[in-house]
Amino acid sequence: MSIQPKKSIRDLLSPFSAWKHVLRNPVTIPDPLNERPGSARYRGFHKNDNEKCIGCGTCETICQNGAIDMLPVEDVATKDGDSGLRPRIDYGRCCWCALCVDVCMTGSLTMSNEYKWVESDPDAFRFTPGVDKKFWDDAELGYNRPEEHRLVAQERIEMQEMDVDSRIDSFAEIVNGYSIEEAKLEADRCVACGLCIATCPIHMSIPDYINAVREGDYEKGLKLLYETNPFSNVCGRVCTRKCESACASRHEGAPIAIRWLKRHIIDQVPQEKYREIIGDPKPSTGKRIAIIGAGPAGLTAAFDLVRMGHEVIVYESRAKAGGMTRYGIPEYRLPYDALDRDIDTIVSMGVEIIYNTRIGADISMQQLTQNFDAVLLAIGLQEGRQTRIPNSDHEKVYRAVDLLDKITAGEEFDLPHCAVIIGGGNVAMDIARSIARLQKQQYGLVDVVLTAMEEQQHFMADLDEIKEALEEGIIIRDQCGPQGCEIDQSGKLVALKTWKVLSIFDSEKRFAPVYNPDDETIHACDTVIEAIGQLSDTSLLGNELTEKLEWNRGRIQIDTEGRTSVSWLWSAGDCVNGPDVVHAVADGHRVADSIHSYLADA
Amino acid sequence: MAYQPDRSQYPQKKADGSLDIDLSSGKYLKLWQGPQHPGITGNMSVELTVCGDEVVEGITHVGYLHRGFEKLMERRTFIQCFPIVCRICVPEPDFNEYCYAAAVEELAGIEAPEYANWIRALILEMGRINSYLMYCGGQAGAFGMGVISQWTTYVRDLMLDRFEELTGARIYHMFILPGGVRDRLPEGFAQRMEETLGEIESTMSDVYDTMYCNAVFKKRTVGVGVIDVDLMDSYGVTGPNARAGGVAKDVRIDQPYLVYPELDFEPILGQDSDIYTRADVRRKDLLQSVDLVRQILAKMPKQGSLMAKVPNVMHWKIPRGETYIRGECSRGEYGYYLVTDGSGYPRRVNVRGPSYTHAMALLERMIVNLNIADVAGLMVSLHTYPPEIER
Repeated sequence: MSIQPKKSIRDLLSPFSAWKHVLRNPVTIPDPLNERPGSARYRGFHKNDNEKCIGCGTCETICQNGAIDMLPVEDVATKDGDSGLRPRIDYGRCCWCALCVDVCMTGSLTMSNEYKWVESDPDAFRFTPGVDKKFWDDAELGYNRPEEHRLVAQERIEMQEMDVDSRIDSFAEIVNGYSIEEAKLEADRCVACGLCIATCPIHMSIPDYINAVREGDYEKGLKLLYETNPFSNVCGRVCTRKCESACASRHEGAPIAIRWLKRHIIDQVPQEKYREIIGDPKPSTGKRIAIIGAGPAGLTAAFDLVRMGHEVIVYESRAKAGGMTRYGIPEYRLPYDALDRDIDTIVSMGVEIIYNTRIGADISMQQLTQNFDAVLLAIGLQEGRQTRIPNSDHEKVYRAVDLLDKITAGEEFDLPHCAVIIGGGNVAMDIARSIARLQKQQYGLVDVVLTAMEEQQHFMADLDEIKEALEEGIIIRDQCGPQGCEIDQSGKLVALKTWKVLSIFDSEKRFAPVYNPDDETIHACDTVIEAIGQLSDTSLLGNELTEKLEWNRGRIQIDTEGRTSVSWLWSAGDCVNGPDVVHAVADGHRVADSIHSYLADA
Repeated sequence: MAYQPDRSQYPQKKADGSLDIDLSSGKYLKLWQGPQHPGITGNMSVELTVCGDEVVEGITHVGYLHRGFEKLMERRTFIQCFPIVCRICVPEPDFNEYCYAAAVEELAGIEAPEYANWIRALILEMGRINSYLMYCGGQAGAFGMGVISQWTTYVRDLMLDRFEELTGARIYHMFILPGGVRDRLPEGFAQRMEETLGEIESTMSDVYDTMYCNAVFKKRTVGVGVIDVDLMDSYGVTGPNARAGGVAKDVRIDQPYLVYPELDFEPILGQDSDIYTRADVRRKDLLQSVDLVRQILAKMPKQGSLMAKVPNVMHWKIPRGETYIRGECSRGEYGYYLVTDGSGYPRRVNVRGPSYTHAMALLERMIVNLNIADVAGLMVSLHTYPPEIER
């Protein structure tokens, strides 16, 4: 049965109403003759702020079209925290989804509201925004990632620490370490751009071990750590972490807590498993190497050389190994058992350490050259520099390294009631905070003043160190240039005199402080502690060798591989490069490779 | 010319289901409608066997538009899938974005913020209006009324302007992503939207006068292309195609999602299940969406969070699981079946585009016994978008 529409007169007439459109204005937009700007949020052609861009390549990774390639460009140099690469976008592939803009770690990549671009050369549509100048570079409108729209977390997971009251009279470690959940959340923030690898002196595979934290595969993480760093316990706590200052996340938030994640891996794997995870050394080569100094540089070289199959004997003048990491860094920052774990692991690989043996006194350099195929000098910087201001030869004027050494060794010394420290670096903070703890323990109150020539925001010390020192009651007086120690008639040290510092360096960046003598401060005290740097004691070399070696401004001259001018002698660590742990480890690796290839050729 | 339901001298079928005909006899003719044909919606084709101007068999052919999205997604991280899903249905892309985002959110245990859900609903209704406007033009065009599509294309363009200012793009909005939406409403958006809605209502009134109250259109569409109500479930017919037959299927009401429980609306139903009724149900649906957009803009909170906290998208892994998320798009039930295996990539994504059932199976059944000239009108009346057949 067929259905018929109802007959209706309206249905016949109504369609003619279409004619009323004849009287309407046409709505056609004569595009492209007329400009019709894209909306304020339009996802049009890309713009990139070259100054802001760090070449992290996150845009390249996220692009699901493979439209972005990171390429070197003229006038942009590779430097720490900047790969020197810039994104080149292929508009034959791009779909303008703007994920690249959404994940850009610096906010340098944005989009204009421009959408018309005519060009006869098809290759022109593959271009580097911000480098290849385009007519939309100055467009004000276009897609910018909205403030709330974040696809990568910016905030760092806070590290739990001991509060001020419980830590001020204790040398217990301040930092608690992450829980597994906290570590996973922190590790999740990493975009694996690898800028950290390039900046790290030993090029640790940071994104990979952060990935191991995310995956919860700590044994893999530990294996990755030991591929480059036998001092992971130490570096997981006190590394100067150049990596974090290069981290892409720092631009719009806090850098990934790379150091704490390294420590987290270390904390999760039991010490007994280290040896198995690291693997066995290679078969013996029969070559013997002597290393002078069991600090990070010497022991890193020892670790590498033993794994290469050489026999290594390390001579250490002190009763324990670790060098400045033990005798310089206070226990509350680096507990001795953490350091011992690193050293035990190195020793377990077959490194022999002979303690309490001073080269030059107990054994001569001559003997070493006769008994070994190669010798490595890794003696560090043990002597504190002196200010040489008037009266600084007073018995109550100490060097920070000497006092830190005494504190570690448990030796008695006259604990000041009121100490003034000269210096604004980490060693100054270490001695200030150590003295403060001892004062709290013995006298019940803290009286430590720290003076430094720089402004506080330009101190060499870590920001955390400064913050925590202030919390612990240490008074910081910046821009104070030491002029002399004040001594009363009885010969007692009573104060340090400083002048206000106007500038520290001259126009050629040479050290040439300018003071305002009218702006004088007298810091009352019974002890002055100098923490303005360290020197190396090279007397062990003996006259003959000292004369034979080439020197460079008080340091032994070495080449890029760590070789001295004497064929069998290498040098590494703080005594030639430094001072910091991770550079010492880097040095250790470098000389180990050099010694290995020398022995292979010999 | 009255519609004759039983005009065909129907050929017998062979055991294998094919027609027992001799093409060389000259009585029957094979005729391809599509893939390039103004009467076909998108890139598919129908292989017609005709006797005179009657269709005795129609076989649907798809594959002209296969881009393999479901497979592409298995090689993309969860966030990388977000920009490609919209391409699965060009005229109404937002359901892909919503269903995908909701599926990922469910499996990842994330809840999108309320404010984002209001914006999502707004976008989906805006998309529905556009989809129906496009349909109206197509349905009229299939019966020779070219002017309707000119009018609806104009007002659709106005709605695209609203899309552009809200999402930053006109066609592929890429605005609803796992976790929320990209941005808030721009300043003065509601007012400009009201102007656009006014234009749409005025145009639809003109369309009503010229297309729906039109003796020719009615003659061609009333009683033609009837979907038997008994077939609805067995053929998986959903959306206006079902509602025009009086079957009250509407996912927005049956299984409410986003903010639909807070909106005031009823499913639009028809009775006759023919081309005209379907067209009329869609017209009313369009006007209902206009009302829903107004309701949303009036009821939605002025402030709120745009995005839930999502893990770092660069290495987002989702635990093992599977889910099916559905939504009521202009053509019926749109669905995403997502399987995850704990890795950073979907294990399997299956997209249920309503056109799959409507255009491939249902059309083959309904096309028989039709006049050649009505094939295009029938196909458009099922409101099919071939891109969603071939994911």
